[in-house]
Amino acid sequence: MDSFCQQLINGLALGSIYALIALGYTMVYGVLRFINFAHADVLMLGAFSAYFLSPAVQKLLPLPGVGGALVVMLLAAMICAGVGVLIEILAYRPLRGRPKLTVLITAIGVSLLIEYSCQHRAVFGAATRPFPELISEKNLEFLGLTISSNDLVVVLVTAILLAAMWFIVHRTRVGTAMRAVSFSPQAAALMGININRVISFTFGLGSALAAVAGILYALKAPGIEPLMGIHPGLRAFVAAVLGGIGNLPGASLGGLLLGLLETFAGGIPGLSNYRDAIAFAILILILLFKPAGLLGKSTIEKV
Amino acid sequence: MIQRTRSLFLATGTALVLSAFSGCNEGGGDAIVIGEFASLTGKEANFGTSSHEGTQLAVEQINAAGGLLGKQVELRTEDNLSKAGESANIVNKLIAKDQVVAVLGEVASGRSLEGAPICQQNGIPMISPASTNPKVTETGDYVFRVCFIDPFQGTVMANFAKNSLKVTKVAVFTDVKSDYSKGLAKFFKEGFSKSGQIVAELDYSGGDKDFKAQLTTIKNANPEAVFVPGYYTDVALIRIQARQLGLNVPFLGGDGWEGADLLTIGKDAVEGDYFSTHYSPEAGSPKGKAFVEAYKARYAGKTPDAMAALGYDSAMILAEAIKTSGSTEGAKIRDALAATKNFDAATGSITLNESRDAVKAAVILQVKDGAFKYLETVSP
Repeated sequence: MDSFCQQLINGLALGSIYALIALGYTMVYGVLRFINFAHADVLMLGAFSAYFLSPAVQKLLPLPGVGGALVVMLLAAMICAGVGVLIEILAYRPLRGRPKLTVLITAIGVSLLIEYSCQHRAVFGAATRPFPELISEKNLEFLGLTISSNDLVVVLVTAILLAAMWFIVHRTRVGTAMRAVSFSPQAAALMGININRVISFTFGLGSALAAVAGILYALKAPGIEPLMGIHPGLRAFVAAVLGGIGNLPGASLGGLLLGLLETFAGGIPGLSNYRDAIAFAILILILLFKPAGLLGKSTIEKV
Repeated sequence: MIQRTRSLFLATGTALVLSAFSGCNEGGGDAIVIGEFASLTGKEANFGTSSHEGTQLAVEQINAAGGLLGKQVELRTEDNLSKAGESANIVNKLIAKDQVVAVLGEVASGRSLEGAPICQQNGIPMISPASTNPKVTETGDYVFRVCFIDPFQGTVMANFAKNSLKVTKVAVFTDVKSDYSKGLAKFFKEGFSKSGQIVAELDYSGGDKDFKAQLTTIKNANPEAVFVPGYYTDVALIRIQARQLGLNVPFLGGDGWEGADLLTIGKDAVEGDYFSTHYSPEAGSPKGKAFVEAYKARYAGKTPDAMAALGYDSAMILAEAIKTSGSTEGAKIRDALAATKNFDAATGSITLNESRDAVKAAVILQVKDGAFKYLETVSP
């Protein structure tokens, strides 16, 4: 039972990070109907921004410390929001109205471009770098379980951001505009919504979330390198599909579920090697019965 | 805008093509060209950097002493980014384009196993500085190594756990992506299970960032020590997450742990852990001491680790073979290498046995106060 609860906590902490990343995938899909593969690399850029920012922030605020960590996270999120908007303007906007496949392939190209240029010596280099301790980490003993304070921080930050996302999408003007563009870009444009601005905002928001996810991921495993985004990025993409792509609560649910599946599969002796195979086999099963994802609605393609 | 973007693309394209051409240099006429492939960047960059620095120092010393067969030695080094698949390409390139007489490399067994068949097919001798998986030299009679092999290293750590740490229950955590890790885990288990008990066996994939699922299972098996035959970057993260789960028993490992980043990433988490490796600068022969001095003088006071010493030895043993054979022909160098006996090297006396492996002692180091401390030497 102890082991079950411990794995539950491990899985929730991992799943929360997947959920945060999955939100970015799902939001972009919602407005533009394509998968932004460069999202995983924005996550990596978020972690690296924090890496380079923290010595500067340390001069003003104590690090490790909550205040300093928040400032680092905020600045990294802003940088990545900028990067996300820039990627959209440079790479995707010129292809607006072209076949979806063109944009999809461009997204893969952008992703590879970021990964491999960051591996160059003159940028970050391919070596793993030690990530600074932003929040001092403690072990909490609780009913025979050992919980790392980092895991609690991850779950807490994710919960707050999910609530904030829900608020933005459902309770603000720009959120309403996002939903309108998602529903029908043409009709939204006719109603006087500046589609480009809404799309830019969506990319910025998603990328800011990715930056925070990157930092949380780096707190969990404090060694960062330019390819660190690939693994969680792929998982989060699958989580978004599992939850029903384009659906925000679905992405969170998918992320949590995938994190839990991976953790429970990984804890089985002799099968830990197959953790991804087991997790993904279950996903395929779910999608066989619910092709639109857990919370997605099946829609008929308009021809 | 479109025009401008297009010209930008053209410009970058031209620059790329130009830089590709500028990389072309024909094999040297007046020099003896030796190839080296190493993980200079990427996950195991500490390994490649150290072994390369050792090799570089050896080549400089050889040239300062007049070179080989009246010619200077030129070292061509290629980086494989610590990635699978790259080594085969660059070894092909070294042999076909640079026309090297011999190849030195790699530290990681998996990547040596990529280069070895190519050297074997082309009749080019290859010396691995630090690959310990037995399969590396089993590739063929042109492949050598200057280090011990994992059956020995695994037994050393199994005996250390049993006799020095007095533990009877050990968990093993293996990197399934690495030939080195799988081999070392197997030999450790064989050695330890004779009198002790392996309470849990779990796997991870090199490059993973979340190990808590497996570590939770390991913790619940109540081991007295955990053997992790991995590479330092993964080990550091594993150790941090193990501490977060309250798994505070000693962790043990092999020579894959010896990278400076084990300490910079792992920090306090790796404190008190043990690993076996090839050499310690604290315990060496006169030749070893001379190497430490020369290395410190060349690299701004940096203390050489085992990979640096083995990189140095691999180049020195090759130079000796070229000297004694009086030739740069692959077959002749190979015969001279195979006859190596009691060669006085930085890491101790090297004799290559009939399977082209060095028979040498291992040392056990402990992480103490943020540094690697010498504990004991174990002879074969």
